[in-house]
Amino acid sequence: MPETVARTRHGSSIGQPLTRREGPLKVTGQARFAADNLPPGTLHAALCTARIARGRVTGLDLAAAENHPGVVAVMTPDNAPALAKHPDDKDGPFVFRLDLLQDWSVRYANQPVAVVLAETLEAAFEGARLLAPRYAAEEPRIGLDAEAPFTPPGVGVGQPPDESHGDVEAGLAAADKRVEAVYETAAQYHNAMEPHAALAQWEGDRLLLHTPSQGLTAAVGRLAGLFGIPPKNIRIESPYLGGGFGSKGLISGPQVLACMAARLTGRPVKLVARREDMYGPMGHRAETRQTLRLGTDAAGKLTALDHLTLTASSRFDDFFEPAGGVSHTLYATPNLAVRHRGVRVDTGTPLFMRAPGEASGSAALESALDEMAFACGMDPLEFRLANYAETEPLSGRPFSSKALRECYAQGAAAFGWADRPREPRQMRDADGFLVGWGMGTATFPALMFEAQARAELRADGSGTVEIGAQDMGQGAWTALAQIAADGLGIDLDRLTFNMGSSTLPSGGIAGGSAHTATAGGAIHAAAAAVIAELAGIATSDSASPLYGAGNAGVVAEGGRLVRRDDASRGETFGAILARAGRERVEGTGKASSDPAAQKSYAMHAHGAVFAEVKVDPDLGQIRVSRLVGAFAAGRIINPRLVRSQYYGGMIWGLSFALHEHAALDPRTGRFLNDNLGEYHVPVNADTPEMEAILVHEDDPHVNALGVKGVGEIGITGTAGAIANAVWHATGVRVRELPITLDRVLG
Amino acid sequence: MSIPLQLTVNGERRDLVLEDPRVTLLDALRERLQLTGTKKGCDRGQCGACTVLVDGARVNACLALAVSHDGARIETVEGLARGEALHPVQAAFIAHDAFQCGFCTPGQIMSAVGLIREMRAAGETAVDVERVREGMSGNLCRCGAYAGITEAVVAAAQTEDAA
Repeated sequence: MPETVARTRHGSSIGQPLTRREGPLKVTGQARFAADNLPPGTLHAALCTARIARGRVTGLDLAAAENHPGVVAVMTPDNAPALAKHPDDKDGPFVFRLDLLQDWSVRYANQPVAVVLAETLEAAFEGARLLAPRYAAEEPRIGLDAEAPFTPPGVGVGQPPDESHGDVEAGLAAADKRVEAVYETAAQYHNAMEPHAALAQWEGDRLLLHTPSQGLTAAVGRLAGLFGIPPKNIRIESPYLGGGFGSKGLISGPQVLACMAARLTGRPVKLVARREDMYGPMGHRAETRQTLRLGTDAAGKLTALDHLTLTASSRFDDFFEPAGGVSHTLYATPNLAVRHRGVRVDTGTPLFMRAPGEASGSAALESALDEMAFACGMDPLEFRLANYAETEPLSGRPFSSKALRECYAQGAAAFGWADRPREPRQMRDADGFLVGWGMGTATFPALMFEAQARAELRADGSGTVEIGAQDMGQGAWTALAQIAADGLGIDLDRLTFNMGSSTLPSGGIAGGSAHTATAGGAIHAAAAAVIAELAGIATSDSASPLYGAGNAGVVAEGGRLVRRDDASRGETFGAILARAGRERVEGTGKASSDPAAQKSYAMHAHGAVFAEVKVDPDLGQIRVSRLVGAFAAGRIINPRLVRSQYYGGMIWGLSFALHEHAALDPRTGRFLNDNLGEYHVPVNADTPEMEAILVHEDDPHVNALGVKGVGEIGITGTAGAIANAVWHATGVRVRELPITLDRVLG
Repeated sequence: MSIPLQLTVNGERRDLVLEDPRVTLLDALRERLQLTGTKKGCDRGQCGACTVLVDGARVNACLALAVSHDGARIETVEGLARGEALHPVQAAFIAHDAFQCGFCTPGQIMSAVGLIREMRAAGETAVDVERVREGMSGNLCRCGAYAGITEAVVAAAQTEDAA
């Protein structure tokens, strides 16, 4: 890490808007991403991928590829190194099937069918082209109408497909007003800017792998199983991820293929996925068709909410988008049913993509709420407040904290929501564009995984904290270091902070918006162990001004231990250690969710998003002109980075509402737009003026740090708010996302 | 086949012998000259992560064949800072949190430097925010750091030595 780092102040660093500690490396091109490594003797790898979605490969022109100058080897099912475990064997809930050249079958378009290894990148790609696979193709099964829906065994990872309380049919029958509507959301692909890359090197049965990973420990475990070697023989380096969004949460097939190719050739192998290679073997957000049925009484209070999701998994594995989860938590209703149905299609297996479940479900639920509010003659915000959940609707548990009312109030005030006309198509700007205002509620669960950390304080007043945490851009290098420095009571510039390597204690998964809580919790515990030992030394030493204060009676700050009740009485860490004849004090800590608290409380972050859109009345072109979000997510470690997470999430919500749509040709099952030119994501000019309000929230129950997650919540609420604003501008309710101009013109 | 090639990269003359005419400028920089600051996001000119300046103009290095640029002057993200002193655009990117993962950042920064030069060459004295948004729209940022990027470019454009 560079030590020429901008800081705004020293001392207590939690809560300070520090700039990114790794910023100087990233703006000078010195941050080394996986594909930037090139040890001597490296072979370049290129994937040859399937041009059919279902069937088998019947032949490859091996000779043409092998005879191309520079090509060293072609790895196919005939010569791929044997694995210790078949990649279709599932031995855990987070283990998904991988395509690793075990046979010639094709299960989806863009599935790797061979790997070409060459002395140069150019030769590798030309070799892959020359393989020109021949196929026995079968008719692909594509889309939500591919087969009769069934009830999946679970949704997400092990969540029940159907949950309910009360009697929805009775609630609907008793309702004064009812809305029933069907919303569709498109399949989406993560498209992190950094393609998955792997630089694999074997030394005997030891593997060194440079690859971006949101979950180093899980990746090591998967590789150890596949190659039949102990986890300690595997070292993964992942100091920087060029974005992940879930796609790098689990190691993907192509990353493992790089390891197999390195084993086959006995040389280092660098495999960098092409953009189109990322549409298939690396997961995606599956399409959904959601049917919402709502009923209200004469006062506009919900009598029933029924949320039925139809989604698709692959033909060969289970991941069903848990889109109904938002309805568990958001709006009070005496009768609630959340159900999921599935079909199987010939695509790669869908997986976690930023706000899995919540993003799709929120887009539909918030649209339905808007329709119901209008049917009741109520303002959308007034309607949401009338149905505010004081306890979690499905479970009845109290919330550990919930500052959603403050989010509504602050967001609405900043946006100017009070001036909104009830009827649609009432506002125009000076250029004649239709103007509309919409809103949505944001929500995301406050999750926690498992992590360990170790910490050390030295007699010179410096410290080290180490954890195998991962930074995919959310700011872990900075925020976790802030937690570490505070925990040890030292200035940040006295701290050495190491992360991003599998050789360090497990940092858990950087996902589920849980990394700061989890890794930060482990760091906090490790630092607390160090300080407790130091306090034990000082308080039992009659020569110390802290003698007799008791461990709990001292705190660490500014490189000193001081009495909690009198900060003027204390001494430096160095003085304590010198008298004790110690060079250093070490400690370890861990963090995981607290089952008792989980049982007692519902734990979620909340927010409110307000959107303004402008629609060309003749062309149907839609521009989002303003976005205001107000979010309450517990304690904020670094407001600068958190604001950036909210902005990024809100842009993902905009993208969900108006841009992203992976299109498959139903005849072939192949992608029509597996590239960044035709798969649309927002560019700078697509994004509006934005404001993110950090609403104060104290949460004594959620975890030791009081931290909820901020990485995913920004998408939720936003997509629905924009859809509602489009309706408000035009009077046209588009229920198929993304909302494109043809759908507005209808 | 061996093709001699001379480039001036960040002010330094670099002589290359390419064994292959298919090598892009991007791959020449990354794989032959070990200048890995310039990133490959799509390899077909759709994302802008590989933006460099060729004879002063913004170019997607993945769409440029190296052999077509014999004698060219190339500027990459590695050449902007003067020792420990960051270029004003680099400093502004940190100050305005204009990146998250940092992968598109070298391309964004080179694009910003090129844009500021374009605006100055056109005699645009006032910095227009919409002009910056449009001018930076050839560079995708999937993290969504656009607000910070725009702020950073606007701020840097008002400093003397930003171009």
